[in-house]
Amino acid sequence: MGSLFRSEEMTLCQLFLQSEAAYACVSELGELGLVQFRDLNPDVNAFQRKFVNEVRRCDEMERKLRYLEKEIRRDGIPMLEIPGECPEAPQPREMIDLEATFEKLENELREVNQNAEALKRNYLELTELKHILRKTQVFFDEHEGGANTTESMTRALIADDPNKHMGHVQLGLRDKQESLEFLPCFVAGVILRERIPAFERMLWRACRGNVFLRQAEIDTPLEDPSSSDQVYKSVFIIFFQGDQLKTRVKKICEGFRATLYPCPEAPADRREMAMGVMTRIEDLNTVLGQTQDHRHRVLVAAAKNIKNWFVKVRKIKAIYHTLNLFNLDVTQKCLIAECWVPALDMETIQLALRRGTERSGSSVPPILNRMETAEYPPTYNRTNKFTSAFQNLIYAYGVATYREVNPAPYTIITFPFLFAVMFGDLGHGALMAIFGFWMCYKEKPLQAKKIDSEIWTIFFGGRYIILLMGLFSMYTGLIYNDIFSKSLNIFGSSWRNNYNLTTLQENKLLQLNPDSPDYTQTPYPFGIDPVWQLAEANKIIFMNAYKMKISIIIGVFHMLFGVCLSLWNHIYFKRRISIYVEFIPQIMFLTLLFFYMVLLMFIKWVSYGSTPPYWGSQDPEIVRTSAYCAPSILITFINMMLFKTDENTRPVCDDTMYAGQIGLQKFFVILALLCVPVMLFGKPYYIMQEQKKRARQGHQTIEGAAENGAAGGAPVPAAAHQDEEISEVFIHQAIHTIEYVLGSISHTASYLRLWALSLAHAQLAEVAWNMLLRKGLMSQGYAGGIMLYVVFAGWAAISVSILVLMEGLSAFLHTLRLHWVEFQSKFYAGEGYLFQPFSFEIILDSAGADE
Amino acid sequence: MVCKLCGPKLSLCGLILSVWGIIQLTLMGVFYYIRSVALLEDLPLDGTPHDIDHFIAEVESGYTQNAYNCWIAALLYVVTLVVSGHQFWMNNRSSVSM
Repeated sequence: MGSLFRSEEMTLCQLFLQSEAAYACVSELGELGLVQFRDLNPDVNAFQRKFVNEVRRCDEMERKLRYLEKEIRRDGIPMLEIPGECPEAPQPREMIDLEATFEKLENELREVNQNAEALKRNYLELTELKHILRKTQVFFDEHEGGANTTESMTRALIADDPNKHMGHVQLGLRDKQESLEFLPCFVAGVILRERIPAFERMLWRACRGNVFLRQAEIDTPLEDPSSSDQVYKSVFIIFFQGDQLKTRVKKICEGFRATLYPCPEAPADRREMAMGVMTRIEDLNTVLGQTQDHRHRVLVAAAKNIKNWFVKVRKIKAIYHTLNLFNLDVTQKCLIAECWVPALDMETIQLALRRGTERSGSSVPPILNRMETAEYPPTYNRTNKFTSAFQNLIYAYGVATYREVNPAPYTIITFPFLFAVMFGDLGHGALMAIFGFWMCYKEKPLQAKKIDSEIWTIFFGGRYIILLMGLFSMYTGLIYNDIFSKSLNIFGSSWRNNYNLTTLQENKLLQLNPDSPDYTQTPYPFGIDPVWQLAEANKIIFMNAYKMKISIIIGVFHMLFGVCLSLWNHIYFKRRISIYVEFIPQIMFLTLLFFYMVLLMFIKWVSYGSTPPYWGSQDPEIVRTSAYCAPSILITFINMMLFKTDENTRPVCDDTMYAGQIGLQKFFVILALLCVPVMLFGKPYYIMQEQKKRARQGHQTIEGAAENGAAGGAPVPAAAHQDEEISEVFIHQAIHTIEYVLGSISHTASYLRLWALSLAHAQLAEVAWNMLLRKGLMSQGYAGGIMLYVVFAGWAAISVSILVLMEGLSAFLHTLRLHWVEFQSKFYAGEGYLFQPFSFEIILDSAGADE
Repeated sequence: MVCKLCGPKLSLCGLILSVWGIIQLTLMGVFYYIRSVALLEDLPLDGTPHDIDHFIAEVESGYTQNAYNCWIAALLYVVTLVVSGHQFWMNNRSSVSM
């Protein structure tokens, strides 16, 4: 049965397909998505394969579709999603129809685009001309005083720079006949606005100040037809004299990419031209509108089908790509494929193949043969939407070796639980759970929306993890009795105030002694007593002691569980010797040292405390079991490791927690230390023995073979090979042992992060409450209500962003580390490779994500 | 009624915040009203009065005052809920009609 416990059993199969049926069969397998094909001609490059032509045609079709899609996007036309089911891969003959359709569409679109561009260029020129005429009119009109406009212009020039022109041009002789000969010429044009300063400087320098430039900005941006950007341009007009200057000015204009337009000199001509330009612009506008309409119609028609076409083309391409991996047999009538198949799905695959054959109308059924192989099969874990997120957390560390114990099923529980230990707060947990629940509840619509943000994808992919983490945090929040750093008194506190009025009035700090009637002697039924929230003096000390012990207890059990899982691996892979020289010493080492420490904690919890009716009794029997005599577990454990005993500084108390403790501890430590050499040398010694035995047998066979006169040299090189390996085995085992022994110590300490993060979280939550919400609650009078309204929003923002998001992220990462390093290092090799089936669904998804 | 003051994100944020505010502040008001000890530290008390009766009276009035304040803030969040709900609805409607 397919389960998460180990990866699926895989078989290598050989598949014989008739050439005609191959396409249909592969298409069916693609819909199924349970077969991973192997490349049977890895030496052949992509251009020498059989179906390279078809793949190329598909590429071409895809390119056309992408072009179409780009155009559709540019016009902002909505593309229809595929209604209902995904289309099946079309028949090969349908490919020609598709190609023809795309060809026609592309050509039409290209033509329309070309026309539109030409028209737009035309339109741009006309608009520029219109602006030139309008602006130059202004230049000329500024000097309306003169009868002749050019002359007035000349005068203007002189007025601008009298000294320069006086001498050269001799405009001093100012009768009309003369001035006509010295007509200043001019050119008008349009230039990009940002080029104006450089253009002006260049003109001035190149013509030694003999030209006069006027310019005016065009207010409305113009559309560049080639890039369809909005650009700002300026109209300019340059006055100069003489042909030499004219060529020079024209060259400069060319160099600055300015467009020059003919501009008549006479005002009447200009007016006429302006009229003509206006009418032409009108005409162009109607033609442009019609072109746009046509383009829009073509695109809308295409947009209805484009997704469908994409799917079809991608499926065809995928099929031919897969067919390229196959081998042709000698007769050219049959294609041979090799593929990895989950052993449980052989039936469904057979069925799909039969369907494919029927569809293609071929008479010869395909043949699916199991093959024997020494190769490692790929790892395939069947997951659903709930387990896949957890499986991915494991895969992020490493893909499990084939048929190795998979940590994912345990991670489903331990991951949210360890997270919650660090994130224990009912309020924050509830926020997280609500968010997770909303994502799970709205799963389908949210999935359909396809939001592209990376952060959202991460959150949505882990929605079940988030939901579980939130729920578990609510549980641990109840245990810690923390809701936004306040406590809930659900069952009634077990502590009573027995102080009288004068004591209350005269003391700043008061203590409630558990060894007195202050404590009812029946603990709070669930979690931490709410009274601790008010114990400002020693709340943190008390919580630290509790949370540290809890962390170590959880950690030791977690690691013990990991070591136990390695037993299943040893049994499954028939590594019998590993059970004796690895598993047993490992579990003994951990149990004798660290599990014993956990036991000490429980002993301490159980055997020290108050004895109800005898408050503060000095009876030695009672004092011995009172909290006064409770030893420090950490000191006890350190002393145990160092074979040391501290002097008893409290004479009323016992030296040890129970009789014979020192002896037992010494025995445990020695036994644990004895486990180390077993781990270190056990396996290499066994392998050496095996080799010796084999070598002895090998020599015998060689001798026997020599006697028989047959060739029997095979075992000798094998033995040489293994001799080389024995040193490697030693090194490997040494590393493994050191890692385990030092690891058990450092990993146990590492679980203290559970305590550290939960302390940090509780303190941060308290700071947020005290610094923000308390400011609102402490304000006097009814104005406090409004103050509270404002402060609450700030507190909520801080709570979500820092306490839930950032603290949540850090707790998540620490949990991940505890699983990857502390838990999985005990049994998980993670040296496999992933099963990547040929599946249309995956191909289409990844193609869709690339866009 | 065609005033559109805030965009879709701000109105959604306002909606969530006000729902949270209404729930939490109403509950806190109730807890203040029933004189919850856990909230004692958050009362507006000035100095350390030596007269026990005076002290008790002040704590009592503080509890009641804070309960009212919480409910006032909750009411303000009801107003926020209505406003941002309306804005959210406007945004949704305009995006549908487009």
